[in-house]
Amino acid sequence: MQVPAPFEYERATSVDQAIGLLERLGSSARLVAGGHSLLPMMKLRLANFEYLIDINDLHGELGYIRRSGDEVRIGAMTRHRELLESDALAQVLPIFRDAERVIADPIVRNRGTLGGSLCQADPSEDLSAVCTTLDASCVIRGPGGTERVVGMEEFHVGPYETAVADNEILTEIRIPVKADKSGSAYAKVERRAGDWAVVSAGAAIWLGADNRITDARVGLAAVGPNTTGIPEISAALRGQEPAEALYELAGAIAARSCDPATDTRGTADYKRHLADELTRRTLRKAVERARS
Amino acid sequence: MQVTVTVNGVEYTKEIEGRLLLVHFLRDTLGLTGTHWGCDTSNCGTCVVWMDGEPVKSCTVLAAMAGGREVRTVEGLANGAELDPIQEGFRQCHGLQCGFCTPGMLMTCRHLLDNNPDPTEGEIREAISGQICRCTGYSSIVRSVRWTAVHEAEAKAAAK
Repeated sequence: MQVPAPFEYERATSVDQAIGLLERLGSSARLVAGGHSLLPMMKLRLANFEYLIDINDLHGELGYIRRSGDEVRIGAMTRHRELLESDALAQVLPIFRDAERVIADPIVRNRGTLGGSLCQADPSEDLSAVCTTLDASCVIRGPGGTERVVGMEEFHVGPYETAVADNEILTEIRIPVKADKSGSAYAKVERRAGDWAVVSAGAAIWLGADNRITDARVGLAAVGPNTTGIPEISAALRGQEPAEALYELAGAIAARSCDPATDTRGTADYKRHLADELTRRTLRKAVERARS
Repeated sequence: MQVTVTVNGVEYTKEIEGRLLLVHFLRDTLGLTGTHWGCDTSNCGTCVVWMDGEPVKSCTVLAAMAGGREVRTVEGLANGAELDPIQEGFRQCHGLQCGFCTPGMLMTCRHLLDNNPDPTEGEIREAISGQICRCTGYSSIVRSVRWTAVHEAEAKAAAK
């Protein structure tokens, strides 16, 4: 039987009350949302806390997907299943549905949350790669209702480490939506259905009235200490007309820019090959979607 | 800590440790051993029960998280001696072999049919994709769900 080491269980009833508990308990406490990453780590003693603060009751406050002006705002407690099933989200950011289809399985997706996925900060985590691709911002709330907003590069400090302090909570993800014709896509190679990525790639593309690329972004997972955005690809694609040769160029940049490790999931060379191929595939799909 | 959970319509109040997992609460504290405990890593799905109407893997949910919520287990499917149609479907179409994955499969498939009374084979396979049958009886499980769907549609039509 695998069970976590002993801890005290607390249940939060509002965001501010959760922050109050965190203030009081400090680094001995950890928030638990869906728990499907944290509890297995606690069973294996890879993580140990004196207190767990259950924030599932905050779903009413932090479970939402809203379009407001030039951005989409998603509450941190929005569950995978809600992200998968939202037609409004799939219409403007199809990359979310692509990713959700390959995250774990339907039952795990009933529990897991966007905020939990990002705060787990696993370098192979799909939604972190999606948010990196989309240049998302993270809203972090602290004591006294103070809020700060940080980009994904700053949010993920390292593997399993985020910019969220001991007395703070991630409340919302904001994703910019530009007026241009846009498309996005996600693809991953996994050992079996629902597994962590061997490598995955997300792409987002924006086309101007002349059908040239006004902006493009690629994000990779599982090929370095954090999910990785590759600015060099964006620079190479801007102003160009979408074409197969351009996707090949982007794939080559992705392969040489990433930093994979050889492990049981594959060799570094194989992972670079995947970064190349998945970059090409997702860019091709994103352009196809931007044009339709 | 004290927790109050409603399981199959019966309210239980128990003194538990914060770290107790829902699967062990059901099996060891309440003696409801119909829910099986398998891989302990949320992969195999044999521990699936419903919490507030949604299937969850109870080896990765704390019993404390179920406090104040409604849990439904495989023991809550049959109505006395009368099997739930999904149980009847598994019986008719040989949906169980060794039986180990069966409680979780039944709970997931009951939920599927409640939300989608006429699922395709693809939809059934997607619904059970988080559950492992070591006998690889997937084809007969899919047939069992289809049998149940047809049977329930006929029963509904006959009742009109």
